[in-house]
Amino acid sequence: MMTSVTLVIAIPFFSAAVLTLVPGYRMSAAGNMLAMFATFLSGISLLFVNPEVRDYFIIDEMNILFVILNTLVGLTTSIFSASYIGHEIETGKLTPLFVRFYHAMFLAMMGSMNLALTANNIGLMWVGLEMATLITVVMVGIYRTPSALEASWKYFILGSVGISLAFFGTILIYLAGQKTLGEGAPAMTWNLLLASAPQLDVSLLNLAFIFLLIGYGTKIGLAPLHAWLPDAHSEGPTPISAVLSGLLLNVALYGLLRFKMIVSANSEAIQPGPIMIVMGLISLLFASFMLYQRRDIKRLFAYSSIEHMGLITFAFGMGGPLANFAGLLHMAMHSLTKSAIFFAVGHVAQAKGTQRIAAIRGLSVTHPGLALGLAAGVFAISGLPPFGVFMSEFLILTTTFARAPWLAVLPALGLLIAFGALLWRLQDLLFGEPTEPAYPVKASSIPLLVHMTLVLIAGIYLPPTLAAWFERAAELLK
Amino acid sequence: MNHAYDVSHLLAGLMLVASFALLYQDRIFAVLNIFAAQAVLLSMAVGWEAWTQQRPHLFVTAALALGLKGIVIPVALHKMIVRLGIHRDVEQVVGVGKTLMAGLALTSLSLLLVLRITTAAESFTREGLALALAIILLGFLMMISRRNAVTQIVGFMSLENGLILAATGARGMPLVVEISVAFSVLIALFVFAVFVFRIRERFDSVDVEALEDVRGDHR
Repeated sequence: MMTSVTLVIAIPFFSAAVLTLVPGYRMSAAGNMLAMFATFLSGISLLFVNPEVRDYFIIDEMNILFVILNTLVGLTTSIFSASYIGHEIETGKLTPLFVRFYHAMFLAMMGSMNLALTANNIGLMWVGLEMATLITVVMVGIYRTPSALEASWKYFILGSVGISLAFFGTILIYLAGQKTLGEGAPAMTWNLLLASAPQLDVSLLNLAFIFLLIGYGTKIGLAPLHAWLPDAHSEGPTPISAVLSGLLLNVALYGLLRFKMIVSANSEAIQPGPIMIVMGLISLLFASFMLYQRRDIKRLFAYSSIEHMGLITFAFGMGGPLANFAGLLHMAMHSLTKSAIFFAVGHVAQAKGTQRIAAIRGLSVTHPGLALGLAAGVFAISGLPPFGVFMSEFLILTTTFARAPWLAVLPALGLLIAFGALLWRLQDLLFGEPTEPAYPVKASSIPLLVHMTLVLIAGIYLPPTLAAWFERAAELLK
Repeated sequence: MNHAYDVSHLLAGLMLVASFALLYQDRIFAVLNIFAAQAVLLSMAVGWEAWTQQRPHLFVTAALALGLKGIVIPVALHKMIVRLGIHRDVEQVVGVGKTLMAGLALTSLSLLLVLRITTAAESFTREGLALALAIILLGFLMMISRRNAVTQIVGFMSLENGLILAATGARGMPLVVEISVAFSVLIALFVFAVFVFRIRERFDSVDVEALEDVRGDHR
């Protein structure tokens, strides 16, 4: 087990160090893909090892899912990134030196996310998330335009504040565990904290959870802590938007879930469920209304990410085997679909030379392939059958209807509102009089195809082994 | 053991006083000097913990606080301000009186909150944690009440001083040194960002307000 974990973390970091020395952008893009492929293989190898707990690392059914998702999306994004970056170099938006830096940073970010996902020590998990955040801050500002710098600065300030609050929460968890587990490393080890959760100091645990919810909630992008998210998505390079939405938000939510498990294992502590339900619903409803006012295509889908993270937080707040199952499934489906949409959007923005929705018209005439990919992605994300997102949203809504019928009205309403906004915008983008300019783009369609095929298969027929795996992971969450 | 508590309370209390002093400065160099003083106090507090708790590796954190935050960063920011020619007054969003009242309210909030919920914990941890939370909240307040990018960084660094104080006060907490190193990297990046991105060159000021013009709320 340790070899797989070491590989998943070490390959990206080692390759990042190597890529800082590789000059040509074609070679470093190829190196990036190769490194991500090796990481993906070592992620897959986790399927064949038994769950195991060590002092600093843990492998259980839940994080195997996340690591594989992480490395898969990392791999496809590196393929997309190769064609995207090629275009940016041709148009002179990025210099080769910046691209070399970009590839090294991309791999280092993947490594730190894998570190956060496999850590058993809550301090180590925090370090992984902090590093991933800092690297994305730098990447968001890489174009160095005034708006990119502003987005980067805002993300920097809000992200650091979130990180600091999460760290204070981590200290409080340590203090809560100190009485029962003694001083030193055990009181920061996640599985020991979970095992002794009923004996932990209740009032410290409560306060800690509030700090962790606000701290990691900022990173998840829950409203009202979401202000950095649309800027960071719209100003950075599109491959970064894809991993931000598809992976980093997931990793932050994963961190919060680990703490939720500890707090809910203590019957006297506050119930994390209702708080998460409220925050999830606020994000979902707020973001779905905000979708109508967007004029920038990447901002549109950034708000859609807030909406879906809200829905997922709501599902985990409901709890229970079915809602947790649906929440995990929705995390995977959203991550695949949203990154696929950003793959399409990245090429659309390059083809049209702008991100303004008003300036993008008639894609179905000028770029039929891209238009088809974008349409498939938007249909999937707005919850139309037969895609996997429909399945998970349906499960979340039905389980809520069964347990609290009145509560289910709100998420259903939010999803409908968002559905309207997305389809309305999609119609604008695809049809109408084609706008100038319309450059040809060399789009690599493999990443998008792989993602949409997976989402489609999950929607039509979820393989029983995979479903059983999700069920076991949902059981861990209680 | 009693005077071990007294000394660490004294140092933590002085750090809180420095946090209050940061709130009402109207000259940017004064802000830097007081921040440097707070960092020196932090390094003394951490050094004292290292000695009384017999955890010598905490001296690394103390040395880092003294060297990086007490000397290198204030000097670097000082030079940068002189070179960019922005050594003018600090613009405040909220008046000094209101800011100080808010600071008092936040301090009482953290004292009441932490002392009430940690009745089971050891007495030092309780009071140290209460003071640390007050320093953290005052750091937030400073970030909110100033418009200048440099003072926002100083506010964040002062907030982080409170975090390190809390982490070292929690007896036997592992990874504190590693985490304090990680935080130092973060802060160095902050300063580096202002340097490299040369906010002034692009916006003719380090006033964060100038950035507001390009924000994308309506896009």
